[in-house]
Amino acid sequence: MIFIGVLVAVSVTLVWRRDGGSGVREILTSDLALFGGILPRVLAGCLLGAFISEILPHEKVSRSLGPSSGLKGLLIGTAFGAILPGGPFTAYPVAAALLTVGADFGATIAMVVSWTLIGYGRAVAWELPILGVDFTLWRIILSLPIPVLAGALGRVVYVRVYPKGEPE
Amino acid sequence: MTAAVIIDITLWGSVAVLGFMVWQRGRVVALAAAREGTMDFINIVPRIALGVIGSGFIAAVIPPEVITGWLGPDSGWFGVLTATIAGGLTPGGPVVGFSIAAVALKVGGGPPQVIAYVVAWALFAFQRMILWEIPFMPARFVWFRAAVSLPFPFLAAALAMVIGKP
Repeated sequence: MIFIGVLVAVSVTLVWRRDGGSGVREILTSDLALFGGILPRVLAGCLLGAFISEILPHEKVSRSLGPSSGLKGLLIGTAFGAILPGGPFTAYPVAAALLTVGADFGATIAMVVSWTLIGYGRAVAWELPILGVDFTLWRIILSLPIPVLAGALGRVVYVRVYPKGEPE
Repeated sequence: MTAAVIIDITLWGSVAVLGFMVWQRGRVVALAAAREGTMDFINIVPRIALGVIGSGFIAAVIPPEVITGWLGPDSGWFGVLTATIAGGLTPGGPVVGFSIAAVALKVGGGPPQVIAYVVAWALFAFQRMILWEIPFMPARFVWFRAAVSLPFPFLAAALAMVIGKP
């Protein structure tokens, strides 16, 4: 967060030097409006995450999405990421909730990567109208194997980086 | 605008359905879960504030023409590499990312390079990582996720070169 704060401070200074105070105010106003619009969705995402971790039983999640869940766990993570409604305000709180109720890094990576690459929400709302049906479908088909491969790679790397399990 | 409304309806609909399922397990459980979600929300707000308000300024200092220029036509693996870097550096939301890809296709950028660009944007767009992924997820997970995702824009480009555009 400190790194981001510094990055923001530098960018604000650059904008101020280039466009003056009015340029800074303009960006600030539109960002504040965006922030206000996003807040209710963030609340919905947080509630969704909390409810999901309440409903999903710990043992069941660690069995079907845990470190020894195999290819099936990665496929479940991929399917879950692909059908999850909403934007980043849902995907990341839900992914964080899965981690706390026993999913491993591999299955969670599969879920997050699947949400960004084959989740229908962004493809329908933005990619189809801007890039067209042919390109979008082609891109999604080429992306299909990626979530499972990323999750599998994540597991392989994970046991080498943290041989004794996750440090806390 | 309509897309946003549909998203909001699905989102709050899911919250209502899951909330009802939790409620059926008892009032105490439901209130505790709702309180936990609200606390998460309160903790996350300052970080989201920094991300949202800050990212507009970061985006303003990166000119989009630079990124379009990098996606040059038929540039081979070097083009895939630059497309991957450009995807990660692209500021702004989905409109910016997909529009740059559309422009690159129009000015003759190679489809594998544009695929690499879109996939890299989906995986590594710094603004989404700063704004959403880092505040919500454990930082160690985010770096780990990004690191193991590195090969995949290249894999997608390779598949695009082998299969070709239908």
